[in-house]
Amino acid sequence: MSDVAVKSKDEVTPQVSGAPKAENALDARLAALPLPKGGWLADARAEALARLRDMGLPGPRDEYWRFTDPRPFNAPSAKPLPFEPAAEESPLFSADDKLTLVFVDGQFDAEASDDLSLDGIEISTLSGTQDQAEHWAKGLYGALELAGQNPVSRPFAALNTAAAQDGLLIRVTGKPAKPIHVLHRRAAEDADVVWHHVIRVEEGAEATLLETGMVGARSNGVIEADLAKGARLHMIAAKRAVDPKVGLSHVFARVAEGASLKSFVLSVNGNVMRNEAVVDMVGDDAVAHVAAAVLGDQNIGPFHHDDTVFITHGALRGESRQVYKKVLKNGATGVFQGKILVKPGAQKTDGYQISQALLLDERSQFLAKPELEIYADDVKCSHGSTTGAIDETALFYLRSRGVPYERAIVFLVLSFLADALEEIEDEGLRGQINDRLEAWLTTRASQ
Amino acid sequence: MLKIDNLHVKLEEEDKQILKGLSLEVPAGQVHAIMGPNGSGKSTLSYVLSGRDGYEVTDGDATLDGESLLEMEPEERAAAGLFLAFQYPVEIPGVGNMTFLRTAVNAQRKARGQDELSSGEFLKIVRAKAKDLQIDAEMLKRPVNVGFSGGEKKRNEILQMAMLEPRMCIMDETDSGLDVDAMRLVSEGVNALRDAGRSFLVITHYQRLLNHIKPDVVHIMSNGRIVKSGGPELALEVEENGYGDLLAEAG
Ligand SMILES: Nc1ncnc2c1ncn2[C@@H]1O[C@H](COP(=O)(O)OP(=O)(O)OP(=O)(O)O)[C@@H](O)[C@H]1O
Ligand SMILES: [Mg+2]
Repeated sequence: MSDVAVKSKDEVTPQVSGAPKAENALDARLAALPLPKGGWLADARAEALARLRDMGLPGPRDEYWRFTDPRPFNAPSAKPLPFEPAAEESPLFSADDKLTLVFVDGQFDAEASDDLSLDGIEISTLSGTQDQAEHWAKGLYGALELAGQNPVSRPFAALNTAAAQDGLLIRVTGKPAKPIHVLHRRAAEDADVVWHHVIRVEEGAEATLLETGMVGARSNGVIEADLAKGARLHMIAAKRAVDPKVGLSHVFARVAEGASLKSFVLSVNGNVMRNEAVVDMVGDDAVAHVAAAVLGDQNIGPFHHDDTVFITHGALRGESRQVYKKVLKNGATGVFQGKILVKPGAQKTDGYQISQALLLDERSQFLAKPELEIYADDVKCSHGSTTGAIDETALFYLRSRGVPYERAIVFLVLSFLADALEEIEDEGLRGQINDRLEAWLTTRASQ
Repeated sequence: MLKIDNLHVKLEEEDKQILKGLSLEVPAGQVHAIMGPNGSGKSTLSYVLSGRDGYEVTDGDATLDGESLLEMEPEERAAAGLFLAFQYPVEIPGVGNMTFLRTAVNAQRKARGQDELSSGEFLKIVRAKAKDLQIDAEMLKRPVNVGFSGGEKKRNEILQMAMLEPRMCIMDETDSGLDVDAMRLVSEGVNALRDAGRSFLVITHYQRLLNHIKPDVVHIMSNGRIVKSGGPELALEVEENGYGDLLAEAG
């Protein structure tokens, strides 16, 4: 990969102009939002709403939104987005050996879903429990989101806690025999979906969460993941190629001693997307790997994809990895903001961050802001960011063996993304993601 | 088979002439060797013949069975039967050796109007050929050339050549970096491919390879041209005396 200088943020022209005044915008946003009340969630929701009123929505000068225009998320309602059910691709993951839970426009669909009972795991939903006065997730719902508001505020996450329509409440107590597969489907063209999962993985327990499908015309998702001592959680999300939506998601994770979080996100197209990961490594010997592979082709639709990551090392010998790879074509834009914060006393931290873009033409761009903030003296932290084009030598090598040009490009794109896919531990799941990527790239190669 | 006539090549980006009227003909079934000092343009010649970007042909032509190569895309040249074993084989992380090789074999078969090989058929053939070159199954599973030693990369080039069955094989310093045993293996691999319908152009610095792969003709290249051609004895002369006398004699 030939390295080209990363565009510094000073070269970016502000994309926002004439935005309505912040308070008015928030009022309009809240007025359009159904705010569920009552039950065990009431306190957390009310508290989040109060926090949101304090924070306001991101404005044009908000530093944290410098590379991504927040207006599509600030707007009171979602722009209707037609979709063809027929255009749905076959499911990414085979249905067998998974516990599949279907959400339609963000609402849990029990009819279409598998039975919720499975050894080693307890599953309920927001919609199904909201009339109860008590729930094990009380005290956790909104708590990790709240912790993640410092030192940077994330208003859309507070909005989510206040307004989430539905979501899963998962407590893992053992090692369930199969992954949980959340499958999103669309129904209404203008669905504005707010979903919120809470996952608590108890001491020594282990689970895998898969998330696929199409989520509304606009979506705002939050996952709060609380990993107790020695717990392991694998999360793999794959955003669909036929889903050019406006989407925002936050993962808030708290990782206790010896626990391990592995998260991988595949994004193929989408209009404006921002995925934030906020990981707090609170126990010694904690592990957190977050990775993403992103493909954007602006000939299919407008493309702007933002990954924003904030990892905090707060204990001894933590190991974190951020591996972000974006393939950008026909004027697509990729953004990466990644931070490693090492708190005083978090000695022997091993922090690694790499963000790379492969630009398939000169109109596409990658904006990266890697940051390290270190307050301990015995740590190993590295970060790197590169923007490059297709390696001409490798391209020639493949073609000289008779591999046609388009096919050779597919090989080199897969080669570029390989490090990110490596972060998927399960070989079978990694293979399925790789096959889907390859099939998608092959059919799109000539465009 | 391969005919190069008065070939003049410069770098596209710079005003630098590298090949300056190179002519050479390799008839079907023959093995020709090219020797020459560092920087004389040997690799450039191999790249220009196989279609690498970055060079501009300012005069002359190169034909394979009478068809000009110069207008073809690299993959078309491969389908026409040309193969280059690289001086520096390229590592491609994340792409399996087998996937790559099967794609290449089937793309060429398709371009020639032949049926594609099923994965079963392909596996059988590749395993047999890999065994001959002492390339183990583990290596085949790895990404293309990643983590291969220098010698393993060169053997992998010969495996690709054996799988693709080209008619015109160009080998650019395949012997450099090989230990004595690997040199013998590679030579055996090449000799097994020798037949009346296949030709070789072997670029090397050392006479030793030519003990194993007996050339019909040896060319001496200097400063972008062939300055002398002769029998295998020419390689011995280079080995013993260097290029000094030969080049002085050629003027
Ligand atoms: N892309 C390039 N940019 C600049 N110079 C080049 C380029 N390609 C070739 N050259 C120059 O052209 C000349 C011939 O190079 P080439 O690699 O063909 O030599 P060679 O005969 O293969 O040498 P060796 O025996 O060392 O492999 C050298 O002077 C080299 O520096
Ligand atoms: Mg050379």
